[in-house]
Amino acid sequence: MAKKIKFTDKTTKFLEKIMDLSGEQVTLCEQCGTCSGGCPFVEEMDINPSQIMRLVMLGQEEVMESQTMWLCASCYTCTIRCPRKLDLSKVSEALRQVKLREAVDNIDIAEIDAAEAVKLPTIALVGNFRKFTG
Amino acid sequence: METKKTGIYLCQCGGNISNTVDLPKVTEHLKKNNDDILVQEYSHMCSGKGQQLIIDDVKKHGLKKIVVASCSPHFHEKTFRGALKKAGLNPYVLEIANLREHCSWIHKDIPEIATEKAKDIVDASHSKAELDFALQEKKMQLGNEILVIGGGIAGIQTSLDLADSGKKVTLVEKLPTLGGMMAVLTKTFPTEDCAACIISPKMAAVTDHPNITLYTNAEILDIAGHRLHFEAKVKIHPRYIKSDIDMDQCLICNKCTEVCPVSQPNYWEQGVIDRKAIYIPAPHAIPYRYILDTENCSHFIDNSCSKCVDICPQQAIDFTQEEKIVDVAVDSVVVATGYDIFDAMRKPVFGYGKFKNVVTALEMERIVDHISEAEPPRKIGKRIAFVQCVGSRDEQIGNEYCSRVCCMYSVKLASLLKQAKPEKDIYIFYTDLRAFGKGYEEYYKRAQNMGIKFVRGKPSHFVENKINKKVTVTVEDTLSRNIIESDFDLVVLANGLEPNKASEIVADTLKLAKSDDGFFKEAHPKYKPVDTLVEGVFLAGVAQGPKDIPDTVTQASAAAARVIATLAQKEVPIDPILAFVHQDICDGCQKCLNACPPKAISINADGKAEVNEALCLGCGSCLESCPVEALDLHYYTNEQLYAEVSAALKFKKDNEKRIIVFADDNTTYRLIDACGVRKMKYTNYARVFRVPSVSRITPSLIEYAFAKGADAVFLGDSPVKASRFEWANAVTRKNMEVVAEKLKKLNIETDRLIFSQFEAKDLMKFISEINKLAELIDKLGSLSDEQKAKLER
Repeated sequence: MAKKIKFTDKTTKFLEKIMDLSGEQVTLCEQCGTCSGGCPFVEEMDINPSQIMRLVMLGQEEVMESQTMWLCASCYTCTIRCPRKLDLSKVSEALRQVKLREAVDNIDIAEIDAAEAVKLPTIALVGNFRKFTG
Repeated sequence: METKKTGIYLCQCGGNISNTVDLPKVTEHLKKNNDDILVQEYSHMCSGKGQQLIIDDVKKHGLKKIVVASCSPHFHEKTFRGALKKAGLNPYVLEIANLREHCSWIHKDIPEIATEKAKDIVDASHSKAELDFALQEKKMQLGNEILVIGGGIAGIQTSLDLADSGKKVTLVEKLPTLGGMMAVLTKTFPTEDCAACIISPKMAAVTDHPNITLYTNAEILDIAGHRLHFEAKVKIHPRYIKSDIDMDQCLICNKCTEVCPVSQPNYWEQGVIDRKAIYIPAPHAIPYRYILDTENCSHFIDNSCSKCVDICPQQAIDFTQEEKIVDVAVDSVVVATGYDIFDAMRKPVFGYGKFKNVVTALEMERIVDHISEAEPPRKIGKRIAFVQCVGSRDEQIGNEYCSRVCCMYSVKLASLLKQAKPEKDIYIFYTDLRAFGKGYEEYYKRAQNMGIKFVRGKPSHFVENKINKKVTVTVEDTLSRNIIESDFDLVVLANGLEPNKASEIVADTLKLAKSDDGFFKEAHPKYKPVDTLVEGVFLAGVAQGPKDIPDTVTQASAAAARVIATLAQKEVPIDPILAFVHQDICDGCQKCLNACPPKAISINADGKAEVNEALCLGCGSCLESCPVEALDLHYYTNEQLYAEVSAALKFKKDNEKRIIVFADDNTTYRLIDACGVRKMKYTNYARVFRVPSVSRITPSLIEYAFAKGADAVFLGDSPVKASRFEWANAVTRKNMEVVAEKLKKLNIETDRLIFSQFEAKDLMKFISEINKLAELIDKLGSLSDEQKAKLER
């Protein structure tokens, strides 16, 4: 069923927040699809990079629930091809930041099995802590 | 009625000036220091009422000179010159004191200092006005000759319109045939009439027209001149075929082509079909004559072949022909240099040149043209993709603009193909489909109705199958959000249009400006769309920006109409601001003879120097060569500039600082105006004087400025590339050296004298340089009285 979109101050604010965090003028996106077609991870994504741009422009916070931003490897294929010179990896990073600032812990160190914890590389643990300091 | 010599009008500019500058104080100052003047303050001097004020006062008080203290002379000098004419005065006894751009707008926050500066500005203009004298505007006769550069559809249309109206046209085309890009096309959108069939009669009309001289296989080497008088050098490359009407004339029997062993891709077939080294470019070539391609001819490479010469029954082939240089003098130039197709190799993700089945749209024009032949020159398979916006709307390769024709030519090529071969499965990948012209939307719908599939998405990259050579196109369908990864037998790149690289020489030699997209810039996008900023030079066709054939032809006719309107004036006034010689002072030393690059100075029967006004450009570069100041420049005479500088510094107090700025009228003065318009603040030390070129500022004038109390002198001029006077900056540098030598001897810091070059956009550069100079003189302090005395005239 088609979803109804209503434009409010909230939708505009979300767009402005992402543009502010990423430094990218998302409204410049002309939806040509070059990013999605060239993305090496697109098949794994629930929505395409160009859809991320579209939903951000429309101010739809549901974009935060998408896995796409976590799959973006910042390989810059889209960035070097975008005819409007937009850096999509920065938009992904902005979305990740918004999510991370919610400080939701996906792993609880205490719950990790002691035997497994020994095997885990330290860098992986440190990396996880760092992620949640945003 | 009381008579006064000079009328000084202070314009409030509806508050723009009077809210900052205390005009009653300026009036008081003027009246206190001058007897023979009339001072009036008014809200809008440029209005009809304001002008009438001047006209009435001239009649009432017998005014001889007028000063209007208002906005920049670039806004209303013409207006007020008109008012002077109506009042019965010579238009050149007028001075404009620039109170708005050079004072009130930049010093809004310091009204008292601005008022003092305004007094200086009006004093300077007033003292210059006192020395103004009547100048006679001479008229230049206009002829009937026009040079059209480029023999595509734009150049052809302009030439025919001009020739039909009785003008004499010289049409120069770089390639060996007329027709330009249109001669390569198969059919035209949206009517699908054959391009060659439409353009051929026009091409033939050019050769038949008694008023058109056509040079094909020719290029422009140089165009000298300015303002409705141009002298072009045209190089005509040899065809190596005798063309004289004599016994040796070529009969076009084609025997030479038949025996020629060389095979090369034919440009007019876009490489789809080859040609020989001696060939006729296309079946519809005009002139319909052979040309010999010396780059590939074995005779010219290693002297190993002369088959064509041996077989020619008329002995019409002549390997010894040489290029010819022709001089053409004209009154106007129409630039119709067209475009280059975007080089798809610059977009490596599409594999053009590497993948066998990726072709350009121009190649596709030729493929489609031969599609119904029993054995078409190229097989194209069943599934065909058109890819839009290749080299247009792509900031990664530096082209932000839309090329305006690719959407419709792809629709056209797809439609023609579908009509000829209905079994073809055709897809057009687009970002936005632009069908803006008359009948275009309908044409687009017709293509959809034929079953051509339009997919909204810009392909990301292609991969070639190494075995079957099919091309895999990867693209997001942005409407269904699916990723398409599909094989095509042929991919057609809809390449955009770029400025013609060969037109660079025309741009440089005529000093034409370009827009951000690299195409030639029109004088005004709305109301002067075919004029350029160079008087007498007009634009037609894609040279000005991408456009389709209907728009090109429309603009070409518009350019012709503008030329006709311009030349219909029969004569135009020549700016009387030119060099002249004070015959009573000249001692005939002849030092000036080498100081004028256009060679306008000669020695007359009395043994004295004389200026030829037809040749003089009014730059003033020659003035420094005269040891006795006999050489002078109208409206900017030595006496006037000395008086102006002296007046601007007269009321300078000991604790104050001054920078005398000499600004060339073409760039620097306008740039300083632009700083004012944008209310950009800079040092209040500056007092700006307008001159045609700062090469006019002689060493003694610079020294005089220092002697009268200037703490620094700033010279600003256009860079050589943008200047009408290529030699001027070299003269200025020489003058600078002379002054620097003298300053050094007197222990004066040479940093106080600056010469800088500005382009129109360099606002920040000017502000930073003038502010730095102000800081410097704050640090250095003023010159000593002894130093000043030694710099006196």
